[in-house]
Amino acid sequence: MIAVLTLASAVAAMSLRNLVHGVLALACTFAGLAAVYLLLDAQFVGFAQILVYIGAVAILIVFAILLTRSGEASPQRRFSSTWAIGVGIAVTVFGLLSGLILSSRAVSQEIRPPPVVTVHQIGDQLLTKFILPLEVIGLLLTAALIGAVIIAMHEKERE
Amino acid sequence: MDQIFVTLKCWLVAAVPDQWQPLLSAALSVGAIVVTFPLLFAITTILERKGLGRIQNRYGPNRVGPYGLLQPVADGLKALTKEDVVPHTADKVMHFLAPLVLVVPVFLALAVVPMGRNMAALDMDGGVLFFFAVGAATELSVFMAGWSSRNKYSLLGAMRAIAQMISYEVPLILSAVTVIMAVGSLSTVRIVEAQGGYWGVLPQWYVLTPWGFAGFILFMIAGTAESNRSPFDLPEGESEIIAGCYTEYSGFKFALFFLGEYLGMFAISGLGITLFLGGWHAPLACLGWIPSYVWFFAKLLGLIAVFIWVRGTLPRLRLDQLMGFAWKFMLPMTLANMLAAGVWRFMPAGAARWIVCATLVAAPYVMLGRALAGRKRLGKRVYRYAD
Repeated sequence: MIAVLTLASAVAAMSLRNLVHGVLALACTFAGLAAVYLLLDAQFVGFAQILVYIGAVAILIVFAILLTRSGEASPQRRFSSTWAIGVGIAVTVFGLLSGLILSSRAVSQEIRPPPVVTVHQIGDQLLTKFILPLEVIGLLLTAALIGAVIIAMHEKERE
Repeated sequence: MDQIFVTLKCWLVAAVPDQWQPLLSAALSVGAIVVTFPLLFAITTILERKGLGRIQNRYGPNRVGPYGLLQPVADGLKALTKEDVVPHTADKVMHFLAPLVLVVPVFLALAVVPMGRNMAALDMDGGVLFFFAVGAATELSVFMAGWSSRNKYSLLGAMRAIAQMISYEVPLILSAVTVIMAVGSLSTVRIVEAQGGYWGVLPQWYVLTPWGFAGFILFMIAGTAESNRSPFDLPEGESEIIAGCYTEYSGFKFALFFLGEYLGMFAISGLGITLFLGGWHAPLACLGWIPSYVWFFAKLLGLIAVFIWVRGTLPRLRLDQLMGFAWKFMLPMTLANMLAAGVWRFMPAGAARWIVCATLVAAPYVMLGRALAGRKRLGKRVYRYAD
């Protein structure tokens, strides 16, 4: 049922005319994904999903809409003229992905009881096995921060 | 006496057949929260109005009931019976959903706060993370309220409110991280248990350490800003932008926004008590016979009194002052605080630890204060009279 809700809000996010309604449907999709994570007993990922996606990414999109004032419904046609090709590509990608996942090792083994992952273990792994990705992400975030400051600064200088 | 509510709940849950037990247990916890906190909200409204009145040298409401104590009842009746005015061009679905999107995450956040021994409604491994996650979800409701009203001033108020809330989320979370570092767990129940010891007379609460003291103050300031409370209530300042993003709401929906804001205040206070003030522990070992939930609610009422006091005392911050305060002062202070907390953890216990950590916290405070106030030369006060 959660999957149906997530898919429905994802479809709504893309097909609603009113942009702001679409953003709210997108937030609903994120919440559905978080619910799926929580059902799989991955607490940290679920809460991080809510914190990052609903709390930051949705707000980012909202700000973009607010600052560009494009909230009114656009008069374009909802479905583009090449929608059949789009559907074909989507079906092909879905088939490829599901075929790969179903034939991979993760599914063909017997289902063991899921491991209980605590935040402690995630933190441990982040600082020992995955330390390099952690540092790279830190660098990436620093670059984004500096870029944001530079963009904001230039706007002031032009005035 | 201490475990009376827990025992009551266990007895009630044991009285129903097995397959209904989880449902009844959840329903009882939720029911307890849904009953207690709106009641506390009603008491807070009257306390606030009387308190603000006394600070401003006037009586608060004193007509309804003895000393005005039945004022919340009158307010509730007014809110319920007022006509629900929705603007003609407003986005009806969003307009309706915005108060709900505010109140529901706040109730969720209240569920992880431990209110007594064994009395946290949800004991999760990532309790603090859950709290901040649902706190972040309340910002969407502010946007929905502002946008759906189709009112320029509402939109402006909503934009300012969201900017303020996301700016202050970073110091809020960073100041809470120091406690998580000291405890080693994200679970609120474990954090309270870790503050249970006593050094002789004084309790081992984190507020009584240098980094905990600074962290507590930073957390409370950021919490005041997160729940849009004075002196950070520019988004809904009354003489500035009428009610800001809540302008077009009347009657029960406005009361729901009010409820959501105050419950947010309770939730942040509750988390502050859990992280820094020792949760439900008594301040002195000899007072441990008083039930744990009495201590929790006493501390909560104390923090609410401080909120009311600050509201009546400090003037409202302007938007650029507010944002500058968050990014230029609070963020570096929280980072310095994290450094101090790390040093505290790894130094051996003793006087040197205190001196080093206190310096690590006080030095950035003084330097930042000097640096950020450098531009304005505040001279001697000059009076100009109208002639």
